[in-house]
Amino acid sequence: MPLGRRAARSTSWLEVVAPGPLTTVQDLGRPGLGALGVGHSGAADVPALRLANRLLGNPESAAALEVTFGGLEVVAHGCMTVTVTGAPCPVAVDGREHGAYGVVRVPDGASLRLGTPRSGLRSYLAVRGGIDVPEQLGSRAADTLAALGPAPLAPGDRLPVGTATDAHPGVDVAPVPVPEDGDVTLRVVDGPRADWFTPAAHTALVSQPYEVTSDSNRVGMRLSGTVLERMQDQELPSEGMVCGALQVPPSGQPTLFLADHPVTGGYPVIAVVVPADLPRAAQVRPGQRITFRRVSTPPLPPASPTTGDTDD
Amino acid sequence: MRLLPCGDSGLLVELADLDEVLALYAELVDDPPAGVVDLVPAARTLMLRIDPTRTDPAQVGRAVRATATRPGQRPDEGLVEVPVTYDGEDLAEVGRLTGLGERGVVEAHTAQEWTVAFCGFAPGFGYLVGADERLTVPRRSVPRTRVPARSVALAGEFTGVYPRESPGGWQLIGHTTLQPWDLDREPPALLVPGVRVRFVAA
Repeated sequence: MPLGRRAARSTSWLEVVAPGPLTTVQDLGRPGLGALGVGHSGAADVPALRLANRLLGNPESAAALEVTFGGLEVVAHGCMTVTVTGAPCPVAVDGREHGAYGVVRVPDGASLRLGTPRSGLRSYLAVRGGIDVPEQLGSRAADTLAALGPAPLAPGDRLPVGTATDAHPGVDVAPVPVPEDGDVTLRVVDGPRADWFTPAAHTALVSQPYEVTSDSNRVGMRLSGTVLERMQDQELPSEGMVCGALQVPPSGQPTLFLADHPVTGGYPVIAVVVPADLPRAAQVRPGQRITFRRVSTPPLPPASPTTGDTDD
Repeated sequence: MRLLPCGDSGLLVELADLDEVLALYAELVDDPPAGVVDLVPAARTLMLRIDPTRTDPAQVGRAVRATATRPGQRPDEGLVEVPVTYDGEDLAEVGRLTGLGERGVVEAHTAQEWTVAFCGFAPGFGYLVGADERLTVPRRSVPRTRVPARSVALAGEFTGVYPRESPGGWQLIGHTTLQPWDLDREPPALLVPGVRVRFVAA
């Protein structure tokens, strides 16, 4: 959906001068629509979005801008209060620099520019009142795979800013751990098709690092490392996928699914990154390496002999 | 039934065939186990997405194991009539592959009631299963780079309607004037799991 010119009705709005490599509107996404073929989407680093909204006194579900690798420049029409969380990048208001994670006042007509983050990949620029584009299916999130929600920002787009309802929290800066540079360790558990892979594949997955390739986006990160060999070569009928799934296509190089992953997929999933580590996964840059560490999960209930249920 | 792990936020239930998937989905769709936020049926599986702050896969697994299903039961979300102009580029080929001829394909497509089993590939793209297997055909060996929106097509045991222009490998038998996916409509998807469909020659 193109961003219209309807912003004129809003009292304040952001005008996009340059979007950087990729900037999208994101909120907490569209849960519960998988049966329609609609994925969850929403912010790739959810805690960073929530934090940005808390700093401004917004509901945590308010929409903000997910800025990939800096480079966003906007002009404020109307006075506004903003913050930047996630990948820490310099924030310049009319050329004057502020640090990330602080609350910044932007005067009417001022330009706001995000520099390149020191570490991490995705920064969240939130505005007090929230980005007030129309909802689609209950969310303002841009699902880049399904083409739902507003299109990625382009020069000239106008983004209406909503009206703040909650009191200002009076916080100036939030001390939080910043995304890691260097190698990143993510915890995994066995995936639904773990038994399709050789023992050597399971050993390789957790003993050799995998590099994030440039073929990575909000759908998933293509990884490069030791080939993960299968024991079974039959076709897999497409089945439901979860965020964090490590899906292995015939090349043997895994893809780590992120927020805009397909609802179903036809390649086996060897392992799944634990939900608590997904925000960190979303901040790993192409060129960085991931080391997976296997953790165990409680066993699933076996078939009950009394119901005549079988496990095969 | 096999329960397959997906971390803390999912449980994949693998079943013997699509009929078992439909029977389990029919039981769970209106009253899913506590903490289950999404159900994603597919050809041989039912994915239960879980809110890890409210429950865990083992607890959901016990609830699934305790669910009694009735063989042959299908979810029922009402009946939709889909008018079709049978002029698809692959109609002759499908007539040859099935041995039914073009007229026989149209008769077989319109004579049976179809049920949307699951969605996938794109928002609003429903996979419909029929009552018999007369129209089971392979995908095209070379997929088309561009299939027009609202094309009615066959592949494997399924029929479907392309919700928007996209690449695709299904055999095209016709087109409809109905829009399967419309964000200005509530719900936006016409062909959701459990909807029964009658195709009518337009």
